[in-house]
Amino acid sequence: MKIHEYQAKEIFKKYGLPVPRGIVAHNAHEAECAAKELGTPVVVVKAQVHAGGRGKAGGVKLAKSPEEAGKIAAEMIGNRLKTYQNPEGLPINCVLIEEGVNIDKEFYVGLTLDREVSRPVFMVSAAGGMEIEEIAKTNPELIIKEHVDPAIGLLPYQARKIAFKIGLTDRKLVSQFAKILMTLSKMYFDLDASLIEINPLVKTKEDNFICLDAKIDFDDNALYRHPDIQELEDTTQIDPLELEAKKWDLNYVRLDGNIGCMVNGAGLAMATMDTIKFYGGEPANFLDVGGTATVERVAAAFRLLLSDPKVKAIFVNIFGGIVRCDRIAGGIIEAAKQVELDRPLIVRLEGTNVELGRKMLEESGLNIIPAKDMADGAQKAVEAAKGEL
Amino acid sequence: MSVLVNKNTKVVVQGLTGKEGSFHAKQCLDYGTQIVAGVTPGKGGLIWKDDEGKYEVPVFNTVEEAVKETGADASLIFVPPAFAADAIMEAADAGIKLIVCITEGIPVNDMVKVKRTLEGTGVRYIGPNCPGIITPEECKMGIMPGHIFKKGRVGIVSRSGTLTYEAAYQLTMRGIGQSTVIGIGGDPVPGTTHREAVEMFNNDPDTDAIVLIGEIGGTMEEEAAEYIKENVEKPVVAYIAGVTAPPGRRMGHAGAIISGGKGDAKSKMEALREAGAYVCNTPAEIGEMMEKALKERGLL
Ligand SMILES: Nc1ncnc2c1ncn2[C@@H]1O[C@H](COP(=O)(O)OP(=O)(O)OP(=O)(O)O)[C@@H](O)[C@H]1O
Ligand SMILES: [Mg+2]
Repeated sequence: MKIHEYQAKEIFKKYGLPVPRGIVAHNAHEAECAAKELGTPVVVVKAQVHAGGRGKAGGVKLAKSPEEAGKIAAEMIGNRLKTYQNPEGLPINCVLIEEGVNIDKEFYVGLTLDREVSRPVFMVSAAGGMEIEEIAKTNPELIIKEHVDPAIGLLPYQARKIAFKIGLTDRKLVSQFAKILMTLSKMYFDLDASLIEINPLVKTKEDNFICLDAKIDFDDNALYRHPDIQELEDTTQIDPLELEAKKWDLNYVRLDGNIGCMVNGAGLAMATMDTIKFYGGEPANFLDVGGTATVERVAAAFRLLLSDPKVKAIFVNIFGGIVRCDRIAGGIIEAAKQVELDRPLIVRLEGTNVELGRKMLEESGLNIIPAKDMADGAQKAVEAAKGEL
Repeated sequence: MSVLVNKNTKVVVQGLTGKEGSFHAKQCLDYGTQIVAGVTPGKGGLIWKDDEGKYEVPVFNTVEEAVKETGADASLIFVPPAFAADAIMEAADAGIKLIVCITEGIPVNDMVKVKRTLEGTGVRYIGPNCPGIITPEECKMGIMPGHIFKKGRVGIVSRSGTLTYEAAYQLTMRGIGQSTVIGIGGDPVPGTTHREAVEMFNNDPDTDAIVLIGEIGGTMEEEAAEYIKENVEKPVVAYIAGVTAPPGRRMGHAGAIISGGKGDAKSKMEALREAGAYVCNTPAEIGEMMEKALKERGLL
């Protein structure tokens, strides 16, 4: 689960990390008042959306007066911000008005799981800021990496080692920096984060460190033990269809094509998309109905696919293991009763209770095009979407 | 022969009395798996019976007791996500050397801690979020539909459950049997990796060839490719899912920095091709490709 920068900064503050003073504003008037209240000669207006790369996309702007802050806020709020990390864009419902900080140097600090060694890893660089991904590509040696032992957390010597490696020498700065890293490590485990990122962590002209940006992602599987974090969710930042899918515990991602897919298992779902594309079609979505699909959930998945007007044909590809084919068949029949089935439906069933499942579909009186295997089903779906079947 | 499990494997099922545990334990028993004990804290002393009354299995409060009383040497775990990491460590502590965890949705940090705790203990654990492991016609420790597998000499290792079934079924339909099939699971912190599974198959005299099924994310397939290049003479047929998967809508930069360009389907396929594997474009080709590979090497 993602949260906004201003929410992440509130969490940072609770942990004693240095963040700029800031106030959230939902309209121009609030923004102007916030800037007045902060009282600094320069304030920064920051669009609050669940994506990075805002600076490059015009979502982070300086204002030299409260009036200007209000004007910028008015331009941002109510519009969508398109960034390279989210090309479709996300709605801006509020902005963070923040005191302007005198930047001397920008550092990058990231903490996330390194799947290669199954431990969290700190990635730190003295070349932080908006170009960090470019730098990671062209000068990977400028990124310092240090793994964290999950049994004991980051150790002080590791934090100091990173500080020295990125070129800090001043004792006060080294100890400030090390303390920030130690805190992040604790926070990562306390909160079951999957990512904590400060880009940039800034050294000010007054020789202090301050977190100018803050991003935290949480592990969805662990949210059950963090009800306070769950409350921070902003559903306006999630695609409405994906949100509906989430309600039913379905793993759904909307795409641009016209063949709706319903598959069990993430791997098979991706493979189904690959196969459709291999035969010249375009999948409209990724949809994994998961391992414990009930009739209700399968029906919900089906309604979801039919609600997308782009979808010209639907390909159901199920290999039943834990999900038995009769349950899937039941879901399809149930859903077809609820929604008008106005588009071709190609079904490929295999696995546990397959005979029963196939029989149920046949006897349902529904107009279903059976497929003998995955390749056959994908080809038929491609033809059907072109109106050639 | 086979790897990890065979007809002598004695299984304790943790979470036997739950809904999923009961359902799948019965399927395993029907397949011929020796399930000798169940563990559900608080239900010790109970005798578990399946819904048809065909089987009876004693239930214990702890894995330690179950091992002592029944000699169980492998554990199959169905407990809910919040308690699954604890269950794995309990099994390991009781001396179980093979643990298969089916549970889906375990917090990542829990598995990071499990991995750390079991490092160097010699315990082999598989999963979580996996279909389990099967040595056809001998032992099924998992949730896969048993009838699609056939005894034989091809090893399969896969991250995805349903793709495992897809591959096994295609082989079986062509009369090509399997030595052992390992579903290592789709979680970011798996107990057993592709490389480790490939190594086991490579060292197994009764496995002639290997099917490796991977997907985007992480670098397990690249690591396996490196191992294959150096050590494996047996034919390897590979498929990687996710060529067309769009880049996720992300928030931070860490993901892009850490992967350093690795982890996408194309680079995985390239690494495997370079290691000498037969790489399939779609999963529908796996059976055909294996038949061709076995014929080329005079193994069929
Ligand atoms: N309070 C502030 N005072 C001065 N400059 C700031 C302030 N906040 C942000 N900036 C500048 O704006 C840039 C972009 O802001 P920020 O990092 O918060 O957003 P972003 O572009 O979404 O981040 P990223 O590129 O890491 O995804 C920063 O690198 C920094 O140079
Ligand atoms: Mg930033």
